[in-house]
Amino acid sequence: MIVNEQVAVDHGLKKDEYAKICELLKRTPNITELGIFSAMWNEHCSYKSSRLHLKKLPTKGKKVIQGPGENAGVIDIEDNDAIVFKIESHNHPSFIEPYQGAATGVGGIMRDVFTMGARPIANLNSIHFGSPQHKKTKNLLRGVVHGIGGYGNCMGVPTIAGQTSFDSSYNGNILVNAMTLGLVKKNKIFYSKAAGLNKPVIYVGSKTGRDGIHGASMASASFDEKIEEKKPTVQVGDPFTEKLLLEACLELMAGDSIIAIQDMGAAGLTSSSIEMASKGNLGIEINLNKVPCRENKMTPYEIMLSESQERMLIVLENGKEEQAKKIFDKWNLDFAVIGKTTKSKKIELYFDEKKVADIPVNTLVENSPMYNRKWKKAKLPKKNKIKKEDIKHLKIIDTLKKILMNPNVCSKEWIWQQYDHTVMGDTIQKPGGDAGVVRVHGTDKAVAASVDSSAVYCWAHPLTGGKQVVCESFRNLISVGAKPIAITNCLNFGSPENEENMGEFVECVQGIGEASEYLKYPVVSGNVSFYNQTKEEGIKPTPAIGGVGLIKDYKNMITMEFKEVDNLVLVIGKTEGHIDQSLFARNILDEKNGPPPEVNLFNEKNNGETLLKLIDNNLIKSAHDVSLGGIITAVAKMCIKGKKGINIKKLKYLINEIEYFFAEDQGRYIIEINKKDFKKVADILNKNAVHFDELGTITEKELYINDKTKVTIDELSTSNKSWLNNYMSK
Amino acid sequence: MKSSVITFPGSNCDRDMDVALKKFGFKNKMVWHADAELPKSDLVVLPGGFSYGDYLRCGSMASKSKIMQSVINFANSGGMVMGICNGFQILVETGLVPGVLLRNKYLEFICKNVFVKIKDKKNKYFKNVDNEVLELHIAHNEGNYFCTKDQLKEIEDNNQIAINYCDENGKIEDRFNPNGSIKNIAGIFNKEKNVLGMMPHPERMIDTSLSGEDGSLFFKNLINNLK
Repeated sequence: MIVNEQVAVDHGLKKDEYAKICELLKRTPNITELGIFSAMWNEHCSYKSSRLHLKKLPTKGKKVIQGPGENAGVIDIEDNDAIVFKIESHNHPSFIEPYQGAATGVGGIMRDVFTMGARPIANLNSIHFGSPQHKKTKNLLRGVVHGIGGYGNCMGVPTIAGQTSFDSSYNGNILVNAMTLGLVKKNKIFYSKAAGLNKPVIYVGSKTGRDGIHGASMASASFDEKIEEKKPTVQVGDPFTEKLLLEACLELMAGDSIIAIQDMGAAGLTSSSIEMASKGNLGIEINLNKVPCRENKMTPYEIMLSESQERMLIVLENGKEEQAKKIFDKWNLDFAVIGKTTKSKKIELYFDEKKVADIPVNTLVENSPMYNRKWKKAKLPKKNKIKKEDIKHLKIIDTLKKILMNPNVCSKEWIWQQYDHTVMGDTIQKPGGDAGVVRVHGTDKAVAASVDSSAVYCWAHPLTGGKQVVCESFRNLISVGAKPIAITNCLNFGSPENEENMGEFVECVQGIGEASEYLKYPVVSGNVSFYNQTKEEGIKPTPAIGGVGLIKDYKNMITMEFKEVDNLVLVIGKTEGHIDQSLFARNILDEKNGPPPEVNLFNEKNNGETLLKLIDNNLIKSAHDVSLGGIITAVAKMCIKGKKGINIKKLKYLINEIEYFFAEDQGRYIIEINKKDFKKVADILNKNAVHFDELGTITEKELYINDKTKVTIDELSTSNKSWLNNYMSK
Repeated sequence: MKSSVITFPGSNCDRDMDVALKKFGFKNKMVWHADAELPKSDLVVLPGGFSYGDYLRCGSMASKSKIMQSVINFANSGGMVMGICNGFQILVETGLVPGVLLRNKYLEFICKNVFVKIKDKKNKYFKNVDNEVLELHIAHNEGNYFCTKDQLKEIEDNNQIAINYCDENGKIEDRFNPNGSIKNIAGIFNKEKNVLGMMPHPERMIDTSLSGEDGSLFFKNLINNLK
């Protein structure tokens, strides 16, 4: 095939990018080389629109062992233990083929984690669908949930937490973000940097097929009517092979024969070999006839661009091949020496004894395009004044019930019951709480993790929204008694070529950066997914934040269910009555304008750290952060989970009752304490200048505000649990 | 007491079972599926997981693996063999216990706590358990127990039903059946009652910090019965 500008454009490259390739090579690339460039230079692999902005994120900290740039981030959890974690998107494939798209998303992120030598110990996910009324939503939801479960359950890794939302902006482009945490000894972490000359380059895992060719390019384009034609670009997962690959890799890693290891994810053999060479400042030579292939007559182009799953590339020490092969034979996996490291600093590929590609590594990596895209700054919307007559007729209990059955608030048990969340025997906090918690096997430590996003806030004002998501993640970890350590982010946005979408990206990243800097909660890994749009309509900006924290003694973990009748319930943090962009405003008042709640980083940090102090002093019986639906929704959920009621005191407040109960001001928690501890708790809160309200007392089975405003917890529970079950069974 | 846990390619509850057995005093060995000989054992456990990726049919390929001939011989000579979840599916495939396991009625994987009523205590697995009802955990996609009418009659005549899904008070009703199993069957014996297959995972219920402690009860009792 003759390569020209049109062929390059068909590969998703821009005309000027093609000109740059010819200039760098000082000749016209052949088709294999063009394929390699298109895979390395697309948005998904090169981060060409985002790199400039991602550099500004804080990535360092005392507990950070490895920040962004490796397969995953690594943090120190003491005693020579470390946690490897990352979140990644698989949005485009999941919209085209929900089961396989979601399954391979989970498979891919687990590989990123065990590539670094860590055994995966927990999975999480953040999934976003279109309006429940949209004709595709139900099938997409079912397919994605089956896919996530199908892969994670088979791997024997518990899925411990997640987030699901519905919004019409995802009608034509759902989001599937998967996150994995792995456990590793600090001195046994593996990296992807190749080193040494003439070291054997080894291919292990599944055979290479024609699936997923150009997957990364597909993920870097928008959808149109023809998306069905893209089905063949979706990879097909085989969790069984991945389980074998995991065990075989960990067995090999127990020894000292691996110099570098890299999984074949997006852009397969191309990106894995180039990343290893680039990081090691070396060349790599590969004989493509040696690559184990599933199908006959695969061309060099297809072999290099295949995204077949469950494959790894390893640079071994010389002479260790036989010993390594034995391990992979035992697990019935392919093992082939396909090449070696060289000093050429080039990727040189041979096929049928002919050289089929010859590209300097730096042209693919350092010289890849980087754009300073135009972006538009968002204005802070004007505050709405709530009119008295709009809320006068509203009854608190009816409103609460409506909110509890709102698709974005209702119980997601239908989903997480399909995920094995107890395998490995260390899950001490299941899905449905503020964060999932797993013990570090055989120790007193536990790791808490949660994943959060607030697309509505980010859409209303990206800078504030970006900050808010990080704060919410921080709060969720603190609510279970964990000290937040670091985050991973999955940045889901529309087209970077659209100034507004690009502005949303830039300002959300800025917000994330400011909050993580202030809270000392650095970003250690992440992923950017652009072009989440169908035709011209982009999704609401949806940065998802995966947070990880440590509980030193798992017996001190906190859960959200109310524990004991007669205990006191307090609200930590001040309620100003911010209603704009709240679930109440959008769904009850049908008011979609206005700014999101303001984020005060000082209060976030101070309130959170003070709560941790209370927890350390064993003063907290249960805790829950206040988020969607405000105080009353948070309290109702604590009642439902604990099968207890609450008697809410008459409020001495200047703002309206409705505003007090449903406002979404930030930095707040609900806590339960023993009556006798009230003075101690109040002292600590006062000493740290943390505002608190006494909300009420726990009772047997009713949420009671006054004689006219009361409801049984059973009734609230039914509202909360029925929506999703009913929706999925219709 | 010596126990052996078989690891098949795709097993994923083998470690959890190892942890549980050791916690309650077993000297446990992990045995690789491609081995021919079983170590000397008082109890052999086929653990949960997805042996051979559940390809073809759950448990079918594992039932043909090399070690299984030794396991079958061991069972036929009266040795204690317990299959949990995927282990149960493997046992059905070997024919050591009757019946088959179909996909769950609602075609969805289910992971949750359930109550089971102990149906028969005249065996080494449940003899001397004080409770009538245990709270255990299930996590499976194919746990819908099915057998022919004739088989069912034989099973009932021989008291081969080990446990039934029920509520916390031991009431066995359709609404407490999580997966559509015939007669709410959660576990079943062979005729001689030395082989037990069950869907619930007692090894996930051995810690107050986890889901509960009824698994501990089961294992403590089991090791005492074997002594």
